[in-house]
Amino acid sequence: MRRAARLAVPLGIGFAFLYLPILLMVLFSFNDSRLVTTFTGFSTRWYVALWENEALMQAAGLSLRIAAVSATMATVLGVIAGFALARMGRFRGRTAFAGAMAAPLVMPEVITGLSLLLMFVAMEQAFGFPAGRGADTVAIAHATFGAAYVAVVVQARLADFDTSLEEAAMDLGARPWKVFFLITLPLTAPAIAAGWLLAFTLSLDDLVIASFVSGPGASTLPMVIFSAVRLGLTPDLYALATLLVGLVAVGLVIASWIAWPRRRG
Amino acid sequence: MSSTAAEQPKSPVAARPGAAEPWRDPAADPFLRIEGVTKRFEGYVALDAVTLPIYRGELFALLGASGSGKSTLLRCLAGFIEPDAGRIVLDGQDLAGVPPYERPINMMFQSYALFPHMTVAQNIGFGLRQEGASKSVIADRVAEMLALVRMEGFGGRKPAALSGGQKARVALARALAKRPKLLLLDEPLSALDKNLREATQFELVNIQERTGTTFVIVTHDQEEAMTMATRLAVMDRGTLAQVGTPGEVYEFPNSRFTAEFLGTANILEGVVEAADDQATRIGSSELDFDILAEPGALKPVGSRAYVAIRPERMRIERTDAATPLGDNRLVGRVRDIAYFGDFFMYYVVLDNGKEIRVSQPNLRRMTARPVDWEDRVAVTWDAEASMVLPE
Amino acid sequence: MKGRLGRALVLALPWSWMALFFVVPFVIVLTIAFAEPSEGLPPYTPLWRWTEEGGPIIQLNLANFRLFLEDPFYLEAGLRSLRVAAVSATLCLLVGYPMALAIARAPERWRTLLLMLVILPFWTSFLLRITAWIGILQDQGWLNGALLALGVIQEPLQLLYTDIALYLGVTYCYLPFMVLPLYATLSKLDPALLEAAEDLGARPSRAFLQVTLPLSMPGVVAGFLLVFIPAVGEFVIPELLGGPDAQLVGRVLWMEFFQNRDWPLASALAVVLLLLLVAPIAIFQARAAREAA
Repeated sequence: MRRAARLAVPLGIGFAFLYLPILLMVLFSFNDSRLVTTFTGFSTRWYVALWENEALMQAAGLSLRIAAVSATMATVLGVIAGFALARMGRFRGRTAFAGAMAAPLVMPEVITGLSLLLMFVAMEQAFGFPAGRGADTVAIAHATFGAAYVAVVVQARLADFDTSLEEAAMDLGARPWKVFFLITLPLTAPAIAAGWLLAFTLSLDDLVIASFVSGPGASTLPMVIFSAVRLGLTPDLYALATLLVGLVAVGLVIASWIAWPRRRG
Repeated sequence: MSSTAAEQPKSPVAARPGAAEPWRDPAADPFLRIEGVTKRFEGYVALDAVTLPIYRGELFALLGASGSGKSTLLRCLAGFIEPDAGRIVLDGQDLAGVPPYERPINMMFQSYALFPHMTVAQNIGFGLRQEGASKSVIADRVAEMLALVRMEGFGGRKPAALSGGQKARVALARALAKRPKLLLLDEPLSALDKNLREATQFELVNIQERTGTTFVIVTHDQEEAMTMATRLAVMDRGTLAQVGTPGEVYEFPNSRFTAEFLGTANILEGVVEAADDQATRIGSSELDFDILAEPGALKPVGSRAYVAIRPERMRIERTDAATPLGDNRLVGRVRDIAYFGDFFMYYVVLDNGKEIRVSQPNLRRMTARPVDWEDRVAVTWDAEASMVLPE
Repeated sequence: MKGRLGRALVLALPWSWMALFFVVPFVIVLTIAFAEPSEGLPPYTPLWRWTEEGGPIIQLNLANFRLFLEDPFYLEAGLRSLRVAAVSATLCLLVGYPMALAIARAPERWRTLLLMLVILPFWTSFLLRITAWIGILQDQGWLNGALLALGVIQEPLQLLYTDIALYLGVTYCYLPFMVLPLYATLSKLDPALLEAAEDLGARPSRAFLQVTLPLSMPGVVAGFLLVFIPAVGEFVIPELLGGPDAQLVGRVLWMEFFQNRDWPLASALAVVLLLLLVAPIAIFQARAAREAA
């Protein structure tokens, strides 16, 4: 009993801290009142308002597109980098490479955003590309730091990968490229998928870097939310948060259902 | 009878009744020839010019402590490691430069290395699929293999849903499915508990006999090597300390290392005083007594010799303080008695402080031990029990 | 091995990408930090121009850096950023350590679920979670409402736009970054070590202090750095939850860039911020490289 309490108390405090704000948002997204703090009655009017908010919907569409593109680019880069770090042993410049891959994980966003913007401006001056800034530059910027996250996830999976599985496949007659596609890739696929999802979410969530490298006419969802919040809280933002929480929860349930199928037999 | 100990055992201790013994036939061609194989890793020599012929149909065990080079040798055979020097020839084919996936050799891994994302049947059929075998051929062979390892009905399961023993069977079936010329087994049963391990050992031997495949098994478990192998090699620091049938190596160890590595041995030291066709007489250099051994020890008079005596070949009886030392008779005090259930091990301290181990079978239930702690005892043995070590 | 060329080709893509979009940009920031603002576009003067004879003239403008030393506003922003990051990282550690320990000690079948619960908020919008805290902390917010209703206070407390709000916000947003590395080290800890300590007579509290805590230090350091480094340059949280005087480096940089359009000054700030973080980032990278090896 005491053991259970020792486990439950810190978890209770921690999860209350993490989830109370979210629960309040979910609750008040169904509030009839315009006031965001007093509950007057159940209503779904803020969901309707959200649906009718064209600027927000457009921004959401743009953000989803940028997130999908940048997450895919990040996955290609990050998977290669993760394999290189986990499997290529010591190659020249490995430390520098590992450093360059790890740095975006912790680099303050204002620095990353500013430096990328200046880079794009310098490139435009020198080569005329990218001409102006917008969704493309945001996607490139997001792919850069997304790749770092994908590389970390893939590298971690490969670090505890039992290499005798690959040896066994080779021993049974599979050539190296076949070993990769039949054994290594299927077994790292969950990590790669998780990496993609992580890069996707980070892109969808990023305000600072996007604000720097985006251009006129390309306002992402966080940029629109940010300017709305600065003008004052409205319950339609809570409705949006509730939808996102619901989406993530459903996604996680599906993901865990795929990742941990019930055992047969 | 003029046979010498070094070349022939008295009673041919064949591993199995009626088994052929091609290694005794000078005209026989080895199936697998390991010739001067050397492998260096940073800082140490893992294999030092190992030469070893292995014959068709053998179940050959590489026995050694960790770091002795047995696993390195196995990985050289599998093709995961390329030797720095020497050749490996299997059935007339030099394997130099042949990658693992082109060798007619398969391996049962220590961790079993069953592909977790494939079913048992897919695991067993994996090797055949790499060869491009047709679906029906694969299905037939998989069914045959499942029957061989008595795992019918498990084909649809994933490895995660199998017990340790079942995993071992699937790993064996997978490795045998391609009908390899040579099957390598890397500590195949080390993950199983004792009873299951013993049962699986017999099954493994059965399957080996039925399929006729040549097995090379790496193990650190001497019982496993003794019970299963047709022949075994004791490895020590990258070299083969001794090669022979389990009986040969146990009864005729060639060095202190093998005498003590395989089983238990009391080692006595002395100088050969007489060697005629009646007996070999060795004067102990530690105590004032002589060791008698069978004739033909191949040691010239005056040379130094080590004699190993197995504890179970010694007799122990209570005596009094006046009893002197004699030929093949030591006296001392019982320091400790260890009870093993099926036998007792007596630790006898001689007058010069040296300790001798003597074991006695526990033949009768609940009888008083004839010898007890602190008793003064005489330890005796027959001349044939004295194993004069060639080195 | 034939792998040499293949390796180089495989590595070329991520290498050149990271070089182009991560390393080169820093060099550009560094050069622009020494430029002067101008009315043109881009709004800074080039560092060099060609003389009529064809030789380059390099002009380094140190005014930005001199300004940081002379104007206490910037110095205070820097110190304040470090303080907020350190306090928040410590708060994260205080909340996160017991959580990570509890998850690591929870029955096996619960662990995945509990970890998922830690990560789940991280997958939802960061901005909207900050928004929730505005709702909680504002004068007519949920917290003041609850306290007034309970009669604990008579007047609403000023909570939003204070340092407390700032610490709470940073702690809230970065908590998963603390829990995950801590869990990773704590879950690898052999429970037999703790049993051995208790068997040898250590009370649970001493066993924790002398066995668990020292062995979990790698996780503590990793978690602290993962919170501290990005928190120093944080922009959104001080902007939305902090008071007008909560001028942290990230916020100042944003203001110089977007409002004053002083790109050289913003670049110089980025350089200084990076210098502030050189030591912690170097530690973090060395650890990442060591783990990867």
